[in-house]
Amino acid sequence: MDAIVSIRNMTVDFDQGHRFVRALHGISLDVGRGETVGIVGESGCGKSITWLAALGLLGKRARVGGRVMMGSKSLLDLDPNGLADIRGGKIAMIFQDPSSSLNPVHRIGRQIGEALRLHRGLRGGAAKAEAKRLLDRVGISNAAQRLNEYPHELSGGMNQRVMIAMALAGEPEVLIADEPTTALDVTIQAQILDLLRELSADNEMALVLISHDLGVVADMTERVAVMYCGRIIEQAATDALFSRPVHPYTRGLIAALPDIVGPKRRLASIPGTVPPPDRLPPGCSFAPRCGRADQACTDRQPELAGIGGQGHDVSCLHATELAMTAMREAASNEMERA
Amino acid sequence: MNAADKPLLSVTNLKRHYDVRLPGGLFGTPATLKAVDGISFEIMKGKTLGLVGESGCGKSTTAKLVLGHIPVTAGEIRFDGEKVTANHNAQWRAMRRRMQMIYQDPLGALDRRLSVADQIGEPIQIHTPETPKAERDERVASLMADVGLRRDMADRFPHELSGGQRQRVVIARALSLKPDLLVGDEPVSALDVSIQAQVLNLLDDLRQSTGFTALFISHDLKVVRQMSDRVAVMYLGRIVESGAPEEVFRRPQHPYTQALVSAIPTIRRSAVANRIVLKGDPPNPVNAPPGCPFHTRCPSAIAQCKSEVPALLETAGHKVACHLVNNAPAGAGIAAE
Repeated sequence: MDAIVSIRNMTVDFDQGHRFVRALHGISLDVGRGETVGIVGESGCGKSITWLAALGLLGKRARVGGRVMMGSKSLLDLDPNGLADIRGGKIAMIFQDPSSSLNPVHRIGRQIGEALRLHRGLRGGAAKAEAKRLLDRVGISNAAQRLNEYPHELSGGMNQRVMIAMALAGEPEVLIADEPTTALDVTIQAQILDLLRELSADNEMALVLISHDLGVVADMTERVAVMYCGRIIEQAATDALFSRPVHPYTRGLIAALPDIVGPKRRLASIPGTVPPPDRLPPGCSFAPRCGRADQACTDRQPELAGIGGQGHDVSCLHATELAMTAMREAASNEMERA
Repeated sequence: MNAADKPLLSVTNLKRHYDVRLPGGLFGTPATLKAVDGISFEIMKGKTLGLVGESGCGKSTTAKLVLGHIPVTAGEIRFDGEKVTANHNAQWRAMRRRMQMIYQDPLGALDRRLSVADQIGEPIQIHTPETPKAERDERVASLMADVGLRRDMADRFPHELSGGQRQRVVIARALSLKPDLLVGDEPVSALDVSIQAQVLNLLDDLRQSTGFTALFISHDLKVVRQMSDRVAVMYLGRIVESGAPEEVFRRPQHPYTQALVSAIPTIRRSAVANRIVLKGDPPNPVNAPPGCPFHTRCPSAIAQCKSEVPALLETAGHKVACHLVNNAPAGAGIAAE
């Protein structure tokens, strides 16, 4: 598959005044045309920073290394004008809290119009007609009237639809959705996820879904990358990842989830907490919380390496052995269901 | 009837209305916001009731009413047989000692200038000032051990702790007076998955060792199912369905519960195929529609739903407030597996 965006070995260091703290330790990730990719991990694992860094949105205190290629363009080397064309035009981003991403003192129509003017050069009547079409497209009824309303007059779900309409204004090839439904109620979340799924299928638009919610990611994506402490520790096709998780952290996350179906069981929690980025343990960052860790795990950081083909990559010294266990479990689950 | 069969908390026809002003006219138009509009439930000693619903359905208002933080508009709350009022007199304070609360945001619930040990010991000092310091310190140490906080954390301040540790401090503090009733308002919603599981397991263990009764409020059905003996689903200030979690979540009867359950994305089943996606947003509780509060979004509403409020009727421990379910011939039901 041809990658539309490819991140290679990206690092991010934050300036803490007297020293730099590394938040991202070399991320490599490809997003194919029209593909939906999920990025999961707990707070502070670097899942949002990856994309903010790629789009040059981290500000002066961050030092970004590595390469981000989009076609023949290297995003990290672009001047501000070049970046402005990419942002919104090629890669659009929507965030968790729509009401703080929208300007409260401008009408919806004007905010969408601004994106249309910047990215497509539309003005006046043409911009208004296109803005109305976009609002219709994201399922807002009464679009013509809504254009004249302010963000506070709309509900949270409506505002997220407006954000999506603005993101679509530049006809992007990639949409980065950073926790797009976390602030919304379950029934509204279902509406927004359906909309995103439909849009990405219709427009051949790649969708990168950043979320802490494994359920949302399992539901929406074709491929998933799991991050922990600034590294991708496992990535695979979504089905493979959730039916045969290999890395102890991924396995732990899945076991820690309460469920709505099936027998009620005691949750298997992961002991300890995520270490802060400036106090990472030596070797594998997950070793202190891992039941499988031995001496070797604290000596060196394992590389992300493929196991069993089909693009299933794991960064764990015990990957081969754990993969066998995962296969056995998957088989016995299969038996149970049958 | 022995003590275990008696409800510790019983709420009858509880209402809380607010006078608000809608835009329009010089000073706005007066209107009534019905945050909680006639709910009744009981929690037996040692049991946990889970209250679920989306934002604005009145779950948190219910918690505040139960604790007597805000006065009721109508209805009655009885805690261990005594009436709970919002008059903050000696009687209320004595009762309030036995009812404690855990909030969603642990940092907001803690005093940033108190160390962990002082934080946990403070309720003991306030409610039983006669307790000698040595005994208080001992109680604090044992509480810290119970919730899994290391001894050396006693001198730390809230900003030095992680989110999960802070929530443990909040739980230890709430348990310091050995409450009979614990009200948790989204106690794990701000926590990451791995930490959420730790805290849920901790609450489960503590419930078994201390036997407290709990009202557990959350928007997360999976968490509520994990924690509760019974659940009640709220929509626009009313309970629309209640029963055992297995029953309510496996065979939801009310169209709202059905949509809610089907909309939860989970990794263990593919939800996309049979997902019910509701149209529109919940109506504004200020001008809640007449009749069934859900009829504006209900995929199977009939004429009766627009005019008559359905009663919460019980069949074998499972209560539903829906005309379609309650009028249907016995056993038919509109629910599908």
